[in-house]
Amino acid sequence: MAVHVARDVDDATRAVAVDERAELIAGGTDLMVEINFGRRRPGALVAIDRVQELRGISRSGRVRVGAGVTYTQLLADDAGSAALREASRSVGSPQIRNAGTIGGNIATSSPAGDALPVLAALEATIVVRSVRGERRVPFAEWMTGPKRNGRARDEIIVAAEWESAGPKQTFMKVGTRNAMVIAVASLALVVDASRRRVGVALGSCGPTILRADRAQSFAAGVLDELGWERQAAPTETACAEFGALVASAARPIDDVRGTAAYRSHVLSVMAARALARVAVLG
Amino acid sequence: MTLARTRVRGGVGESAPRPDGVPKVRGEFPYASDLYLEGMLFGHTLRSPHPHALIRAVDVTAAREISGVRVILTERDLPTRERFGLMKRDQPVLAEGRVRYAGEAIAIIAADEADQARAAAKAIVVEYEILPPMSDPIAALGPDAPALHEGGNVIDDVLVVHGDPDAQAEVVVQGEYEVAMQDQAALGPEAGLAIPTADGGVTLHIATQWLHEDLGQIAPALGLPNEQVRLVLAGVGGAFGAREDVTLQIHACLLALATKRPVRMSYGREESFYGHVHRHPARLFYEHGARRDGTLVYVRATIVLDGGAYASSTSAVVANAGCFAAGPYRVPNARVRSVGAYTTNPPAGAMRGFGAVQACFAYEAQMDKLAAALDMDPVVLRARNAVEDGDRIITSQPVEGSEPVANLLRRCAALPMPADEVAHPLRAGRPSRDPLLLPGGAGNLTHGEGIRRGTGFAAGFKNVCYSHGFDDVSHARVRLERTDSGIRARVHTAAAEVGQGIVTVCQQIVRTALEVEEVIVETPDTTIGSAGSSSASRQTWMTGGAVLAACREVRAALEERALARGRAMDELAALLDEPIERSVAWRHRPTEKRDGHTQNHGHVAFLFAAHRATVDVDLGTGLVKVVQVATSQDVGKAINPQAVVGQLEGGIAQGLGLAVMEEVLLRDGQVRNASFTDYLLPTILDMPPVVCDLVEHPHPDAPYGAKGVGEPPTISSTPAIVAAIRAATGRELNRVPVRPDDIVFGTVARSGWRIVPGSDPAMAARA
Amino acid sequence: MNDVRLRVNGVARQTAVPDHESLLTTLRERLGLPGSKNACEQGECGSCSVLMDSELVCSCLVLTAGADGRAIETVESLGADGVLHPVQQAFVDAGAVQCGFCTPGLIVAAYALLRENPEPSDLEVREALSGNLCRCTGYGTILAAVQRASRAMYRR
Repeated sequence: MAVHVARDVDDATRAVAVDERAELIAGGTDLMVEINFGRRRPGALVAIDRVQELRGISRSGRVRVGAGVTYTQLLADDAGSAALREASRSVGSPQIRNAGTIGGNIATSSPAGDALPVLAALEATIVVRSVRGERRVPFAEWMTGPKRNGRARDEIIVAAEWESAGPKQTFMKVGTRNAMVIAVASLALVVDASRRRVGVALGSCGPTILRADRAQSFAAGVLDELGWERQAAPTETACAEFGALVASAARPIDDVRGTAAYRSHVLSVMAARALARVAVLG
Repeated sequence: MTLARTRVRGGVGESAPRPDGVPKVRGEFPYASDLYLEGMLFGHTLRSPHPHALIRAVDVTAAREISGVRVILTERDLPTRERFGLMKRDQPVLAEGRVRYAGEAIAIIAADEADQARAAAKAIVVEYEILPPMSDPIAALGPDAPALHEGGNVIDDVLVVHGDPDAQAEVVVQGEYEVAMQDQAALGPEAGLAIPTADGGVTLHIATQWLHEDLGQIAPALGLPNEQVRLVLAGVGGAFGAREDVTLQIHACLLALATKRPVRMSYGREESFYGHVHRHPARLFYEHGARRDGTLVYVRATIVLDGGAYASSTSAVVANAGCFAAGPYRVPNARVRSVGAYTTNPPAGAMRGFGAVQACFAYEAQMDKLAAALDMDPVVLRARNAVEDGDRIITSQPVEGSEPVANLLRRCAALPMPADEVAHPLRAGRPSRDPLLLPGGAGNLTHGEGIRRGTGFAAGFKNVCYSHGFDDVSHARVRLERTDSGIRARVHTAAAEVGQGIVTVCQQIVRTALEVEEVIVETPDTTIGSAGSSSASRQTWMTGGAVLAACREVRAALEERALARGRAMDELAALLDEPIERSVAWRHRPTEKRDGHTQNHGHVAFLFAAHRATVDVDLGTGLVKVVQVATSQDVGKAINPQAVVGQLEGGIAQGLGLAVMEEVLLRDGQVRNASFTDYLLPTILDMPPVVCDLVEHPHPDAPYGAKGVGEPPTISSTPAIVAAIRAATGRELNRVPVRPDDIVFGTVARSGWRIVPGSDPAMAARA
Repeated sequence: MNDVRLRVNGVARQTAVPDHESLLTTLRERLGLPGSKNACEQGECGSCSVLMDSELVCSCLVLTAGADGRAIETVESLGADGVLHPVQQAFVDAGAVQCGFCTPGLIVAAYALLRENPEPSDLEVREALSGNLCRCTGYGTILAAVQRASRAMYRR
């Protein structure tokens, strides 16, 4: 076996278990670039892009999105997260959205992965499976560094799950082009009114997706005063304070796509706008 | 006297379809990278990872053992010591003991499979002694800088002295400007197929802009007479200047000759960034002086262009930047110093706009600064000083055959503005407009928050055709013949069709001149004389001119034949029992060589355009959405209006790219973004609607008055967009591309050098 | 090597491919279909766009060996002998072709769009074609071509 086309998840988990060289390929939008440029040459590949089990979205109370769900699917079939829809629309191009999967984003674990701040802010759980069994990992524990995560070599990501968080959520991403950009900085904000919880997560602003705990607490305080369920705008001062707290949670660097100073600045702008935007949603 | 009984369709002035349009939409048009011969080998290049190093040893032993590898060549295996280069032969075919830029070719390999050739390149062991890079061109010009080439680091140094170079004025504005490195980024990467021939020579099918110039560099390097090297134009996937220089031509021929097998070389995108020259990065130091009524008194400028490791066309780019440094304005007094420096950065050469782009960004920023200092409307200030026929530019050459630039400015200003769609802030939390239309686009950053609209203007100009005494010639052969189905013409030239549509122009001219509808354009090759390059906006003027001249000779011969036989001119079937064929070599009138103060008639004619840009800027994120670009351009005569609009819109897209996103990022000579992931080209969501106003003011020397249209759209569109961003933000924005940091923090680009505008940059002091 | 069966432009094809080969390479170098172009090899330009089981994808990002059994449509499948598909005809008529290197990918992407959305707004066209870079035209004529094709196909 050099390239194996998996029929179902069990077939795939067995295939990666028996061949230590085996790597998984779903949409190919990350791995094929590495292969085309000669940076990676996996000894064996298991293609999981046609595993139907991985392609479902269910919304019975808890949302479960199969790892093989593409961004196009996320745009067409509402997974109950406006932020995830917005993030999906910002992914690459139609061609990339047709092939790229949410599981691929989770597996690659780039700090710039567009879906990842949303999963972090939703406090999603990543479900992985191997011949040894199934394991559930909170997103907060998933990423261990840039393009590093807690997946064992023989594990397959099967789904992401989260509690439906209501309509107050958004995603924003900075790039110097109107489409097809890798995030210079990104932000997801989720206000779960029924659980009185605020989730803020930052992309491309540190080695992993970062959470802004102090900003979350601050926003929760603002919403305690405004009323969680109401559609009322916080004051500009409150939004600005929230922005500053979000920016202070970042650990940005200068790189080819942007400066650390700009990343910090733009995070504060995005965060202030995001809070103003979601507060009036209902 | 007419030949055809019915009106011929598809002649001059009509939007005739391209002859290559149908094969292109079917995917059947053979581009260079599509060429395939049974048994061909795949060529590959090993390049230096270091910008500056001595090569101590190259060991190919392990690489030779890789299966499928047929040959590996290093500089020791070269048949000659000939160097190559567009205007100065200063580049070794393979590095000789020293590399001067990251990406310089060190060895070439031919193998049965592309993968094997790549693996062999990885297996070659090169021992380098790393030298410090010389990445600052101003430092490279200094008296203490180590010489990168024999003769020092000055590639060319042009002084323009006009009127009183030390003139004084009531109102003075100064500025330092920077233009970063832009990539032509033609969609089709470099490719060619070399086939050894029975006579010991080689035939090269190649995507290029200039077959004969390539031939002139290839044959000596191979140690072959020109007659044993034949070039045939393969399908060209865009050019924009990047295919003026030799890239893989000599390498592919060497591999084919060494293996006696056909060899195809085809760069990937990453290698393409290393393989071809880019637009010259520039530092520009300006001072403008004017009277209080806005009349320009003087311009003084020092322009430093980073030529990179090898000269390429730097000398002509330096001359252009100097000649056009004051813009399309009456400037009675000037001193301009334009210098090109060798550095250990990637070589710079031709890109659409060729020196005029860099200067225009600076002088148009200066004009806006002056308008602000004078409290004048920027369009009024420009129009007051704009040149018209009879006015002299700072080289003393008068403008002729042109629409007054003030008219272009006024017409452009009067073109319809974008429908008022300034975004409104949140309405019940939902975007009032799709964020795709706003700065940041799919990133969903604003639903109207932070948006400020701005409008800016710019005018620009440059030469058409080659300048400064160059023997600019194009050859054409036109044959009128009878076939079973009727009368047709065949036209053969060596003009490279790179997408611009010279094939259509040739057909249209033949149709109009000979009144025959069926015109076959033969594949360009080196069996006919040179057509010169598809560059400098010159092919319509030059090869169009040659074809028209050839048609006139054919027609005269036909008239003679008709007269001799006592037949009417429209009895073509009878008259063409023998075909009539005529070849011509066509030249524009001679231009003068450059003298010490560049006061001469160095150019054939000038091309002028004005641009107006409207932008929405998100003040919070520093992102820009260009909302509309409007342009009035003097095209002379639109031989094919649809194709002319295509040139204007496409050129503006490249100008937009330079204004807000395109930059080859360098650090100590290393390219940091050699991919389309990080070198961003405008997408269809970034490019706004363009309003085109084609002004037809014919030039008396050009065929049908048509001037060439390709470059002006890239020249003044960039400064117009940046002016619009300045209007929206109040920021200085003295470099392109404008970065989000420049907008949100007001970052100003500084070279770190103090240079008095007009002075010799070799005398620069650290600021 | 992997033995792969594909249905390409309606024809069953069988070929042996190396493990890591992309569908783009297979189409161009093994199946004699060079219409799909290689301009970036990383899904950033759309020049290699094809339909795979009716979905628009970048063939440079498809692992051929993993696509066993799939149906592929390339630009070469559009139109018939001597007759252009309306999308192709519209690109010719609107002057949307210059160097033409991006054209096959754009035609496949426009074809995919119009099949899903027969009368797209300009913004919908822009979003649908945002993964296809063109360096020559500035896109104005491409937008016009897609709208022209839409009229020719659906609004007679």
